[in-house]
Amino acid sequence: MLVHLLRRLGQSVLVLLAVSLVSFMVFRHIGDPTISLLGEDATLEERTALVEELGFNKSVPMQYLSYVGKVVQGDLGISYRLKRPVADVIAERLPATLELAMTAAVLALLIGIVLGVYTAIKKDGWLSRAIMTVSLVGVSLPTFLIGIGLIYVFAVELRWLPSFGRGETVKIGGWETGFLTSSGWAALIMPAITLGFYNMTLIMRLVRAEMLEVLRSDYIRFGRARGLHEKSLYFGHALRNTLIPVITIAGLQIGSLIAFAIVTETVFQWPGVGLLFISSVQGVDVPLIAAYLMFIALLYVVINLFVDFLYVLVDPRLRKK
Amino acid sequence: MTESVKQDVALPTGWKASDSPVKRAFAKSRLVQVAAGVLALLVLATVFAPLLSLHNPFDPSNLDLMDAFTAPWSQGMGEMFYPLGADDQGRDVYSAILYGLRMSVFVGVAAVALSLIIGVPLGLIAGYAGGWFDTLLMRIADVQLTFPVILVALLIFGIARGLLPEGYRDDMAVFVIIVAIGLSDWVQYARTVRGAVMVEKQKDYVLAAQLIGRSQTAILTKHILPNMLAPILVIATISFAHAIVAESTLSYLGVGLPPTAPSLGTLIRIGQSFLFSGEWWILLFPSLVLLALALSVNLVGDWLRDALNPKLQ
Repeated sequence: MLVHLLRRLGQSVLVLLAVSLVSFMVFRHIGDPTISLLGEDATLEERTALVEELGFNKSVPMQYLSYVGKVVQGDLGISYRLKRPVADVIAERLPATLELAMTAAVLALLIGIVLGVYTAIKKDGWLSRAIMTVSLVGVSLPTFLIGIGLIYVFAVELRWLPSFGRGETVKIGGWETGFLTSSGWAALIMPAITLGFYNMTLIMRLVRAEMLEVLRSDYIRFGRARGLHEKSLYFGHALRNTLIPVITIAGLQIGSLIAFAIVTETVFQWPGVGLLFISSVQGVDVPLIAAYLMFIALLYVVINLFVDFLYVLVDPRLRKK
Repeated sequence: MTESVKQDVALPTGWKASDSPVKRAFAKSRLVQVAAGVLALLVLATVFAPLLSLHNPFDPSNLDLMDAFTAPWSQGMGEMFYPLGADDQGRDVYSAILYGLRMSVFVGVAAVALSLIIGVPLGLIAGYAGGWFDTLLMRIADVQLTFPVILVALLIFGIARGLLPEGYRDDMAVFVIIVAIGLSDWVQYARTVRGAVMVEKQKDYVLAAQLIGRSQTAILTKHILPNMLAPILVIATISFAHAIVAESTLSYLGVGLPPTAPSLGTLIRIGQSFLFSGEWWILLFPSLVLLALALSVNLVGDWLRDALNPKLQ
């Protein structure tokens, strides 16, 4: 087991190195930092000074090494557009994205599992069929259309919820949270639904398929013969065994939630990392693009490792090996 | 968000050339018939867009600013009749949708073609030759699969923008977006084809071809490749749906096609700014068309996957 986890750790480091190489190439070879940082009319001396400061006069492998070294220490360069350290800018925007992604993940998991169990138990009910049809539409829809639809209904027509921003936020330490104000929650509802919708349909379909499979197995039939209560049969026995694939998918989806937050954040003008990334792509702010790439890669790797670890907790068979 | 999950396309390895099960499944499903009908209509509309449109919405000399914000199904200030209304430039929304649809479908087809051209040969070689090339390719594929397609496309788009001089960015946008989406999706083809080749190359007909001394290229292209067509077709349909959604998402984000040559995504982006001022038609109609397109391609793709999969019959 330990060997398995260590091997995964090794793979993760390799992935991170590969991404850092791509990130370095983007950083080093696109655009001219002397123009981006100093402007068109900087003198030649100023330029050479900056080139020296950034280390661009050294050999390429040396530059890569010093780039990795700096990244490990949290120095991601200076944004061309904002003229501030990239690490600071990302740290400032991160709470908004994390709160959005977490809320979306919790929503998707809760509703997804509940609906999945329901549609599996009441396989032929009309409500189950309606839910399945809606989920089919949900899987094919582009995210931003769902967001726009929600804005139209709840912000334009009904005027219940705000259509953009985070509402009022409270600062606790360095973390700006929207969880403590009512306007923060109101602003969070629609973006979280938009972001979580696809994952919810995915988890629902997965739980349903797994449940249908498990409910056919012998131990459920024996449990029923023993006179176990329906509730403990479904939730204590059947659901527990459907959770392993659900953990995998849900875990892997958290990474994609943060990546897809780009789209949701644009629809709702949510001031998170995704919105920052989009404006960086539009403005060719290379250090920020490279840093975001590293950030997402790190996130994916950490999540994957965490999912591997969770397996061991959920599946006792893996612990013995 | 369709593109976030790489759909596991089951490999119809034992697939035979007879198309009767496909036809049978088609006759059974009313929903698929409707979807195929809608898809056929949309494709026809893209082909005949210049004939069906009321004016060329991207030629400024055709536009009348006086007609801006004309409501749907009403007459403008002049002779023009606007079935779906006009936007802020006095552009006929119906004609703009036809041209936008054309862009979306074109980018989708071209992106699929690009990932086919890259992915299929790489998968064929990796599966047939094996060895270090296979290992390397699959490691690259693994790393790329860790990231959602939309993110890879955004990254490629960002890099391309950085490399292109400022003045060319809008003109090259179509090519950049095709390359971005095409490069982000080749992995699907490479992996599937590689898996299928590894099964096929063990079969007697390949051995026979090797024995009579056919060249490796001929065995790969004339013997093995024709047996890959079913799974490739299935992935192509599904990745066409993904490409359309990816393109519209990128354009919606403002990093795709520019307003001078808009796709459906760009039109929706433009329309969203009029959501609060009451000109709903500029947003609603392009959204509905995109919805119909994405849904019908997805339904046909799903059906094709099931129909070509002998395990499900």
